[in-house]
Amino acid sequence: MSVHTLTVDGIEVAVPEGASLLDAVRAAGVELPTLCHLDGLTPVGACRLCLVEMESSGHLQPACATAAGEGMAVLTQTPQLQHYRRMAVELFFAEGNHVCAFCVANGNCELQDVAVAVGMDHSRFPYQYPHRRVDASHPQFAIDHHRCILCTRCVRVCDEIEGAHVWDVANRGGECSIIAGLDQPWGEVQACTSCGKCVDVCPTGAIFRKDDTTAEKQANRERPQLLRSAREQHQWQNQ
Amino acid sequence: MAATPQLQLRCCAASGCRSAGSEALQAALLAARDQLGGAAEAVTIKPVGCLRLCGRGPLVAVDRSGGDGQESSAGSTELYAELTPEQAPALLAAATGLGEGPAAAQRLDPAHPFFALQKPVVLEGCGVVNPESIDDALAHGTYAQLKRVLLECSPEQVRDQVKRSGLRGRGGAGYPSGLKWDTVALQPPGPRYVVCNADEGDPGAFMDRSVLESDPHRLIEGMAIAAYAVGAEQGYVYVRAEYPLAIERLRLALRQARGKGLLGAGIAGSSFNLRLEVRVGAGAYVCGEETALLASIQGQRGTPRPRPPYPAQKGLWDAPTLINNVETLTSIPVILREGGDWYASIGTEGSKGTKVFALSGAVANTGLVEVPMGTTLRTVVQTIGGGVPGAGGADGGVKAVQTGGPSGGCIPAHLLDTPVDYESLKALGSMMGSGGLVVMGETTSMPEVARHFMRFSVNESCGKCVPCRAGTVQLAHLLDRFVERRATLADLERLEELCTMVGATSLCGLGQAAPNPVLSTLRYFRQEYQAACRDPDQCEPLDACLLQEVTR
Repeated sequence: MSVHTLTVDGIEVAVPEGASLLDAVRAAGVELPTLCHLDGLTPVGACRLCLVEMESSGHLQPACATAAGEGMAVLTQTPQLQHYRRMAVELFFAEGNHVCAFCVANGNCELQDVAVAVGMDHSRFPYQYPHRRVDASHPQFAIDHHRCILCTRCVRVCDEIEGAHVWDVANRGGECSIIAGLDQPWGEVQACTSCGKCVDVCPTGAIFRKDDTTAEKQANRERPQLLRSAREQHQWQNQ
Repeated sequence: MAATPQLQLRCCAASGCRSAGSEALQAALLAARDQLGGAAEAVTIKPVGCLRLCGRGPLVAVDRSGGDGQESSAGSTELYAELTPEQAPALLAAATGLGEGPAAAQRLDPAHPFFALQKPVVLEGCGVVNPESIDDALAHGTYAQLKRVLLECSPEQVRDQVKRSGLRGRGGAGYPSGLKWDTVALQPPGPRYVVCNADEGDPGAFMDRSVLESDPHRLIEGMAIAAYAVGAEQGYVYVRAEYPLAIERLRLALRQARGKGLLGAGIAGSSFNLRLEVRVGAGAYVCGEETALLASIQGQRGTPRPRPPYPAQKGLWDAPTLINNVETLTSIPVILREGGDWYASIGTEGSKGTKVFALSGAVANTGLVEVPMGTTLRTVVQTIGGGVPGAGGADGGVKAVQTGGPSGGCIPAHLLDTPVDYESLKALGSMMGSGGLVVMGETTSMPEVARHFMRFSVNESCGKCVPCRAGTVQLAHLLDRFVERRATLADLERLEELCTMVGATSLCGLGQAAPNPVLSTLRYFRQEYQAACRDPDQCEPLDACLLQEVTR
């Protein structure tokens, strides 16, 4: 297996071929916020938080969805990137209805964590207060679209790991929403195995267990990676 | 027989003229021919593609002797506009020299700059060939270059001609076509695909539609040559569903080409095989973005993905895929016929050849225009387009010209002497785009124009990445404040800041270019934004604004 060497913020790192820029950033010990990315799922490069600057061209590339290459030099913490990251988080907060105080994921929410990480204490953009739905038709779980940030982790985990493809995205632009089955109530989708992986990977309180109330959500976001390495490399958690 | 002048009536049957009633007109002409008898019976009446001056349809061209629309010493061509079915007998009578023709105002002057300054390369067959007849296309030389290259040239030689021509992608970004072809051709062995992007969605753009409706065989020939040059045996034409006539004619043309052995297995006796299929879009503008288009062809949701890898490396089903715009592929047969060097002799240093524009908006002559690259905007808008109707002055009543649709920008009247090429337009904060040119008169409000395009982007964002999905919404709301004249200077600052962020961080070209209409109008018409700010005391004085405009 060949190895690529590259620099991240001036730090030299070596990563195996096939690694992403995000892997390289982590290998360099640099903290980079992510939201849509989750280890074990196909990267989509949608949240734009992990954008890094290619030193040679000045282009911005999503670290999660860009392959690391020999001799690359990337910058992750330029003032401009930090500025953009903060604005992206502001846009996330402004487009949904995120009220931490009574959210099931309060204290265990990646959106909240990212806001802290990028120093976003308020949004300069007006809140949109969209009218969205809550679907509690499933016996164990519910989805509250007000808290959905359209990261599509649920879509990917259900398709790629569970193989049920219950979830998908409907409509476009700001009207986008996650749908179950053929835009049916979740509880009526026969393909759903009630495995709960979508609950585990959801970065916010959008998908949750009905048993949980405010600040009680416990997510298991390592699950896709564990399952994937078990399947592909035959490495099990208890080995 | 030689003494009797041969007469041919070419009736425009493209969408523009059809919407003005060209079908009824053609039926009336056929009926009038039968009724008149005698000399009229020898008149050929054929449907053709776009005759250019779409704003004054239905158009009919009358060719004497020379035929083919190319004026020879023996022949002449007359062009009539805005004809009604009732005028059909009069037109026929005039054509045969038996009576008075339609009103003089309806007779167009072929020497008018609108026609005289055009240089048809891509549109060579538009308005000349019958788009629904492969025999007519063959008679005009279509497919001759395909047959020739299959017999005489290696794929390398074909690519070499394209490289020599200096052709750049006509979809808007202007990537060198020869380089793209090489990238696809030089990938490791395996299947390859060729895709034609006919998902023309910019408001005010109708070049590709006109080509598809007027001369579909030329596009098929160009695609077949491209497929041969890169080693593809399967291709797709992705057309938007909003172009029903284009789809119908393209499908017919594909059937005819298969029937003549010009598509399929062993084309024209060679060992080259090519299957071409039509894929119809479902109304998403973003599917004109190449990676979204490919996803859509594969039956997936039409959303873009990050590049690299580029489609030339990993496209359809992860195979190397050549994806070119209609206009790019349609120029290929002419380039091979006349040679790459001939094509490179037209145009400017960095932008070779000709460009087709769809001229519309506040302009006297609306229609399809093909001019050499490097022609100034003033020539296109004022000389060819005739300026704003009823307006005078040095700039002919033009306030700005919008190029590139929702991804482009507004070029102010004082910069009309800019030559049209990729670099010059980009330097002005606009872009070549696909070729829509919308002329705006002096009463146009620029914040309103910017909001119009921003709302377009809001509606057409696929929703995948947050800067485009949520950022365009916020931008549209901010622009509302300027249009409704309740903005503050802080809003102006926020507007610029968000434009920069959305442009820099969006995933695909749609989001990256969505702020361009705002940024370019801010650059040239900043005073209109400042005038919309709520507290007049906070606004900069007018002369300071003007000074700023000049120095920027």
